Amino acid sequence: MHPDLIESVPLETQICYLIASALFILSLKWLSAPTTSRKGVLVGEIGMAIAILGTLRMPEIQTFQWIIICILVGTAVGVPLAMLMPMTAVPQRTALSHAFGGLAVGCVGTAEYFTSLHATTHLTAFKMGVLALEVLLGFLTFTGSLMAFGKLQEILPSRPLVYKGQNFINLMLLVAAIFVGVSLVVDPTKSVLFPALVVLALLFGILLIIPIGGADMPTVISLLNSYAGMSASAMGFVLDNKLLIIAGALDGSSGFILSIIMCKAMNRSFINVLFGAFGQAPTGAAAAQEKRNVRSAQAEEAAQILGSASTVVIVPGYGMAVAQAQHKVRELYDQLTKRGVEVRFGIHPVAGRMPGHMNVLLAEADIPYDRLSEMEDVNPEMSHTDVVLIIGANDVTNPAARHDKSSPIYGMPIIDCDKARTVMVIKRSMSSGFAGIDNELYYMDKTLMLFGDAKGFVGEMVKELASNND
Amino acid sequence: MSSLMPNLYVFLLATFLGFEVIRRVSPLLHTPLMSLTNAISAISLVGSIVVLGSQKDSLSTILGAVAVTASTINVISGFLITDRMLRMFKKRKTDDASRSH
Repeated sequence: MHPDLIESVPLETQICYLIASALFILSLKWLSAPTTSRKGVLVGEIGMAIAILGTLRMPEIQTFQWIIICILVGTAVGVPLAMLMPMTAVPQRTALSHAFGGLAVGCVGTAEYFTSLHATTHLTAFKMGVLALEVLLGFLTFTGSLMAFGKLQEILPSRPLVYKGQNFINLMLLVAAIFVGVSLVVDPTKSVLFPALVVLALLFGILLIIPIGGADMPTVISLLNSYAGMSASAMGFVLDNKLLIIAGALDGSSGFILSIIMCKAMNRSFINVLFGAFGQAPTGAAAAQEKRNVRSAQAEEAAQILGSASTVVIVPGYGMAVAQAQHKVRELYDQLTKRGVEVRFGIHPVAGRMPGHMNVLLAEADIPYDRLSEMEDVNPEMSHTDVVLIIGANDVTNPAARHDKSSPIYGMPIIDCDKARTVMVIKRSMSSGFAGIDNELYYMDKTLMLFGDAKGFVGEMVKELASNND
Repeated sequence: MSSLMPNLYVFLLATFLGFEVIRRVSPLLHTPLMSLTNAISAISLVGSIVVLGSQKDSLSTILGAVAVTASTINVISGFLITDRMLRMFKKRKTDDASRSH
């Protein structure tokens, strides 16, 4: 593409892009609160439509036939992907869409490189540099997100896959990719190097994600979100298109903020998430094998305790999503609320497999969003809470994070469940959580273990409460 | 490239703007936020359309076709699922009739 492309873009297209940029910014601004958020989506859709219509007016477009076919195919895939996907599968869908985003950017970058090559020598060092960056980010996001999808969908093991010298191999791959990229910048006509760059990027994406475990998915998904945005922005630099630069930068900064929030919520650094392979070698897990007593209870007793409480905090985790227990939890919420019990939900930022995962599931089950509280809001209330009910969460409730310096989760902010008057934990068995750490909460005198499947157990409690009500 | 500096300024300002706008988004809506930004960054569709439509050679046409299809999937499914999720976020009603599922 020519450097004087900007002159060849018709004025109407440029105006469309300007309007679309403004609408995208408004769209994200309105998303900030639940009351205006749907308006935000609408505005984003209008912006997208205007941008597409503006693009179709570009003189370079020779034929519309393929464009129409591909858009129809994309729509035919996109609609069921959005409408039929169960809400528990939202993390998988998100990973998949990051993969599609990366793929599109990588493909455009590759096409751009080869057409520039066949044209005259218009590949300046700068353009080649951003092009290499675009292709690298695009293709690594593609395979990395596919790996994340595989782990979330449990096609691939969600445990970290680690081997000796893994970080060294990854580092070498990255060095090789950068080396190839720099060689291309020095001499863009070395077209044999370009496929090598693509292969290295694809491989790096795979190897970067396989050592990362399921509990780290919220950070990884956010990071891939950021990469997808940055790659779109790089594409904007290559095509000299400011709309792409802006939209990509918004997505990139959004993903980056979310990754920071997730890292803080786990008290870990990016480096540690990406190269630490959390949970592969649980230190001290063997040492904590001594037998300790736990108190357990049946649904009847648990229901009585809940029914006679005046304040209850429910702490959901990934286990609730796996068991699809959110609708039963809603029935429990209804039963308790009917009896005048004050029920709130305490949601840890990294509960689930992506940022905000628990909120979406509980909202799907029709639980009013003003009942969903963040960790910082719910913690000060814990000491005057009668019962805290933990459903499928483990490490985010472990008091060891506050005081045990030897614990791998030391320093991680937790929901202070141990401060409540009574603690109830729904759990399948006594097996330890993802990080392989024993949770001392389970051995406290005020803790009752409720053994069973989350959905089944909550269902039984609902039955008990309903029959006592009449 | 003469447009490099203006583009860098645009990138810089958009990134800062993004930080400011997104910092204000309630953690309640972090999942819809991610799916909406995903749909918005599928604006790469615009670049893909030009690659596919300009019909330069068969390689760029094939790559363009893949790119247009992939970005369209993101545009359509991204906006639709964001709206589907946001529809579920409701305030507490005074009369909270229980629904059966």
